[in-house]
Amino acid sequence: MKCRKVFVRVLAEIDEQGSVHPKSVTWEDGREFLIDKVTRVQRACASKTGGTAIRYSIYIGGRQTYLYEDEGKWFVESRV
Amino acid sequence: MKRIIIHSDMNSCYASIECSLNPELKGKAVAVGGSVENRHGIILAKTPEAKRCGVTTGEAIWQAKRKCPDLIVVEPHFDIYYKYSRLAKEIYRRYTDRIEPMGLDEAWCDITGSLLLFGSVQNITDEIRKAFKEELGITVSIGVSYNKIFAKLGSDLAGCDEVVTITEDNYKDVVWPLPVSSIMGVGKNTAAKLHGYGIKTVGDLAKRSPEWLKLVFGIHGEDMWRYANGLDTSAVAFDGQEREIKSIGHGITCKADLVNDDEVWKVFLALAQNVSKRLKEEKAEATGVQIAIRDNELSNLQCQCETDLPTQSAFEIAKKALELFRKNYNWRRDVRALTVRAINLQQENTPVQLDFSGEYKRSEKQKKIDDTVMSLRERFGKDAVFNCCLMTEEKAPDMDGKKSPLPVRINMK
Repeated sequence: MKCRKVFVRVLAEIDEQGSVHPKSVTWEDGREFLIDKVTRVQRACASKTGGTAIRYSIYIGGRQTYLYEDEGKWFVESRV
Repeated sequence: MKRIIIHSDMNSCYASIECSLNPELKGKAVAVGGSVENRHGIILAKTPEAKRCGVTTGEAIWQAKRKCPDLIVVEPHFDIYYKYSRLAKEIYRRYTDRIEPMGLDEAWCDITGSLLLFGSVQNITDEIRKAFKEELGITVSIGVSYNKIFAKLGSDLAGCDEVVTITEDNYKDVVWPLPVSSIMGVGKNTAAKLHGYGIKTVGDLAKRSPEWLKLVFGIHGEDMWRYANGLDTSAVAFDGQEREIKSIGHGITCKADLVNDDEVWKVFLALAQNVSKRLKEEKAEATGVQIAIRDNELSNLQCQCETDLPTQSAFEIAKKALELFRKNYNWRRDVRALTVRAINLQQENTPVQLDFSGEYKRSEKQKKIDDTVMSLRERFGKDAVFNCCLMTEEKAPDMDGKKSPLPVRINMK
């Protein structure tokens, strides 16, 4: 399964401690998806597309997916 | 209390990182190679698949491709390797504050005081291996021992993603049968000399008397004996602890072979510029200069001498380097690569013994010129002042992406 990095626009809230809480993701075509919840934040390698980044395990529409942040840029791994 | 030191080594570091960045390369024969255009076209790292085809680090890319026609050669990305090195350190920091890096891809960690918190050595090494795989997508080899030398040897013996433990009970069985060159600090030349005395294994070295080794190899002989007997007591430095800088050097492989002293002078001048800048940043002065010459047959020559006075001046360092070159190089072959090092460093402004020859006055004058050039560059940019003779220099590769500006060359007489 071939995948590519899709860089996305993310709306996030930054709390008093400096922690980042992503709230929504806007896809390349302009569709916006609200993030239901973030269950885990950890550094992880993006195994399908390569590289290492901060990985947010998120739920969108009841389905779990990963959102990555690497040096200020956000991306998701998408099937080609 | 017995120490517990681990040595962690990222497997085929550069090549593994490239594969982690581009998963399509995984499982293929991949090597990281320098720029062929700039004649840095050698293999810097390779994956185990490339190794199985006989590709070795340091050989020319064309040689490697002959052995392994499917070899994929990628250009190095040092900025990314630095990032991975920093992230690796963050993993070690979870377990200890005693972390001493050795290069970008290796580090010693003293975990003696961490066992109460984390349970056992195996717990820690398992977690480190897991973190590397999950977070960075690469594997490490880990050596565990009671001293730094055996810990490093352990990681050399361990395969990808493996741990090798060398203890006080097993080191004679594990370490002593190994070739003497396995021990850190025993290079190719020392090993050849040891072979000449019938010392072939680490055990042979360990059984010789330290007095005899000191007599033949100097102070290093005694060190080697201690290493072979597991008696190294050097501590793992604290994280962030500044290590004393012993030398500052800069070297370059030229775009085309240098054929005369004049061309060599220009490259020395360019290299000395960077050395001088680093010396000023470190607030250090050189009391010696060392040069390394590699000819177009890849033979190396290294020589050194003392400077007349402690110096930071690029011009003085380059002048000394050329003097050394003229004295030691016979021009049987053209020159491919040059390195200049400032050695025997001391703090700047250390009092010096003046002499009657006027050397000090001359040196003071040069220092004023250097300081003026430096302030001109600070005010008007790097290209404000540089050596006229370097305007036509084509053989030294650009060191900062563009021609390095250099201090004014002034005839002092």
